Amino acid sequence: MQISFTVNGTRQDMELDPRVTLLDALRDHLGLTGSKKGCDHGQCGACTVLVEGRRVNACLSLAAMHEGEEITTIEGIAQTSPDTAATLQQAMIDYDGMQCGYCTPGQVCSAVGMLSEAREGWPSHVTEDLDAPLELTRDELTERMSGNLCRCGCYPGIVKAIRTASEARTSDSEAA
Amino acid sequence: MSVQLKVDDRDTGEVTQNVLGRDTERRDARQKVTGRATYAAEIRPEGLVHGALVRAPGMGRVELANRAEVEAMPGVLMVLSDARMIRNAAQGAAGEAPVQGVETAAYVGQPVALVVAESFEAAAHAARTLTVTCEGASNEIDPEKVEIAEDDTDETAQGDLEAALREARHEIDRTYTTPSMHSAAMEPHAALAEWDGARLTVRASLQMLRYNRAEIADCLGIDTENVRLLSPFVGGGFGSKLGISAEAVAAALAARELGRPVRVVQHRRSVFEVNTRRSETTQRIRLGADAEGRLDAIGHEALVSNLPEEDFSEPVLQGTHFAYAARNRLLVQRTARIHRPAAGSVRAPGEAVGITAFEIAMDELADEVGIDPVELRLANIPEKDPESDVPFSSHMLAETLHDGAARFGWADRPRAARQRREGEWWIGSGMAACFRVNMMMPAEARVRLTADGAIVETDMTDIGTGSYSILGQIAAEALGLTAEGVEVRLGDTDFPPGSGSGGSFGAASTGTAVWLACAEIRTALAGRMDCEPGELTLREGTVQCGNRSRPLAELLNGETLTGHGEVEPGKAEDKVRQATFGACFAEVAVSDVTGETRLRRMVGSFAAGRILNPRTARSQAQGGMIWGTGMALTEALLHDRRDGHVVNRDLAEYHLPVHADIPEMDIALLEESDPWAGPLHAKGIGELGICGSGAAVINAIHNACGVRVRDLPATPDRVLGGLS
Repeated sequence: MQISFTVNGTRQDMELDPRVTLLDALRDHLGLTGSKKGCDHGQCGACTVLVEGRRVNACLSLAAMHEGEEITTIEGIAQTSPDTAATLQQAMIDYDGMQCGYCTPGQVCSAVGMLSEAREGWPSHVTEDLDAPLELTRDELTERMSGNLCRCGCYPGIVKAIRTASEARTSDSEAA
Repeated sequence: MSVQLKVDDRDTGEVTQNVLGRDTERRDARQKVTGRATYAAEIRPEGLVHGALVRAPGMGRVELANRAEVEAMPGVLMVLSDARMIRNAAQGAAGEAPVQGVETAAYVGQPVALVVAESFEAAAHAARTLTVTCEGASNEIDPEKVEIAEDDTDETAQGDLEAALREARHEIDRTYTTPSMHSAAMEPHAALAEWDGARLTVRASLQMLRYNRAEIADCLGIDTENVRLLSPFVGGGFGSKLGISAEAVAAALAARELGRPVRVVQHRRSVFEVNTRRSETTQRIRLGADAEGRLDAIGHEALVSNLPEEDFSEPVLQGTHFAYAARNRLLVQRTARIHRPAAGSVRAPGEAVGITAFEIAMDELADEVGIDPVELRLANIPEKDPESDVPFSSHMLAETLHDGAARFGWADRPRAARQRREGEWWIGSGMAACFRVNMMMPAEARVRLTADGAIVETDMTDIGTGSYSILGQIAAEALGLTAEGVEVRLGDTDFPPGSGSGGSFGAASTGTAVWLACAEIRTALAGRMDCEPGELTLREGTVQCGNRSRPLAELLNGETLTGHGEVEPGKAEDKVRQATFGACFAEVAVSDVTGETRLRRMVGSFAAGRILNPRTARSQAQGGMIWGTGMALTEALLHDRRDGHVVNRDLAEYHLPVHADIPEMDIALLEESDPWAGPLHAKGIGELGICGSGAAVINAIHNACGVRVRDLPATPDRVLGGLS
């Protein structure tokens, strides 16, 4: 079937088997292999991309469900959200938030999506006061990132990197 | 030419530390954070087709009932069921084919066919449509119910354990169990096979290419020289990619028959079945000590399992052999032959589970004797290897215990259990010592030096361990270059064979080969300067001998100098006992209401010889500590009681630690230099963190709430049962 969506600012028109997932469309049809296939079950988060700014497990979503939508992958995220993503990527390097690197693109995309959810005041399972302004504590951050597994055990570095990006973004907003 | 070294004795040289030992950024970090690191399944050659493995739903003789129907499905190219296909992944460093043949299934989940189709979707659909039946087997799957063959029993004894236990002032006799566990690396096993005449190229996700190449060649019955493997990036291994697995052999066979490149990625559920699990263990530990806690008797008997014809037996007692002094010792290892999926190496095979159980027993002994757990360990550090009587190459357990205790604030801990409470939470602290053998493996590397810099080449892999970074640092140090002045090329069997990644031996083994290759270049440069290599100083593109100095570019005169280094283990292994040591301290909170345990903080202090790059080394230690936390609290591969199949064969049901489970980790790498480890004086750090950290968590649970967990993991149901 004919499917069209925009990936990292470029419109893509594809003729795809309706069974093709968004993840396989990106990896196998567009050659954007930065999004990883860790489980193909929505259990590990390695395939996380942003669809219309919201994080999505691309392996759990069919390409055909995204007609006309804007998709951002690790390959384009530094251009699409320069403040947060570029800062986060540099902080991931500085805090050594990776070993094998296979979960890394998903961690980055997920964190960018998560930070915007937090800015919009979305609550999480550990939010104690739903009426108070949301403070992105370490508990809030790790709760919201727990859908992105890292078997190498780089969580402490990833968390530090995300906090750095979060603080940079806060100061950006204040400056603006 | 080549510089060769057999490590027979202590090294008397010194290594400068300008680039080496420095905390530097991972060489491949930027590629990884931008998604540009390319893994096995991520290129798309012309004509690529896709294969999906099909699993056996039972054991016994396999029938593919509707094979013809599946072969006729749209897009399907073939249903492959070939005697050369393999039963399960090869064991580490096998260098030969594992058990082949898929006409019978030895365990539930065994791959029995490969369906190949024009698209991934068509292959996946066809693989699910294929009806597999298995008949005629009623194999035993419970390790406690089978008779153990004499060949599968290994016993070492000193003194008289029973007599010593009878006379001991304090005695512990406990049985601990650990479940099957899995590596569960983030990247599923994948292979992309392509033939060019008689030559096969496989892009694969593997840890030890020199052995993997021979394994694939042996499976296919072709010459090793005709196989090229490429694994420039590997999405985690932890033992599960030490040996080739089913997808690589099947992809190669299908590609040959179809004359097209074939890609096979294991389904996440297959990953849990086909690639070796860590065996479950039952461990009886008996300790006898005097009034001060000094051990006079150590008994450690382990029961593990594996499939028939697998020569791996989880070496549970490996650490017990040298951890503590005691004159009377009995160590017994038994392997039950059962039909659960094959067992093999998972991060720190042996100590990960053996030391964990032993260090829980030591905590129980400390309680029994009434002394501090740290003091108990300090009182039992052996002066020499307790069994062979050879000296240790270096031994810094005491230093790590003191360092860790100080940084954790151990002195403030109430010794009795159930002393601290915050709301519904009991708070407690526990500790454990860490032990891991140190190994060296044969390794080769080539280094080429031009005026533009150096290029390091070896088939060594970087599975997240930092090989790219440290091998570059070693060459930079030896040749007086900046880290950026060195390019590192790995994961290609066209390069000289490195050690591969596994058993914590990669950095020191392949690193030494790189160092030796550079030594050959240094000798050549010294020749051109007309001086001895020992007088040579290389710094920032300048070659210096005494007070004479010339620019490197001028000395090279447009030429390339090539060095080849080769290292192999030698008599040092017999002359000294070489190991790495550490101490872990954990603080947990245990809910009095639900029995849930949360790790609040963890301190690790480790000694592993010279640290080549503190950043990548610390990450390895941290990863190990997190694995230990998973082993203590959540990880268990559950086998069905009827047929042994893995019930929780995915990442939603096999519970790895997640972000919310892990607090900040405080890690110290103590300064140490082990001259018996070759010219770099470096030992392995990749596994040490898991060899004790889990016990620290379990011991902390006891200190928090008084519940002694002896069957891992300490899930809420087990803790709650003790609380009521």
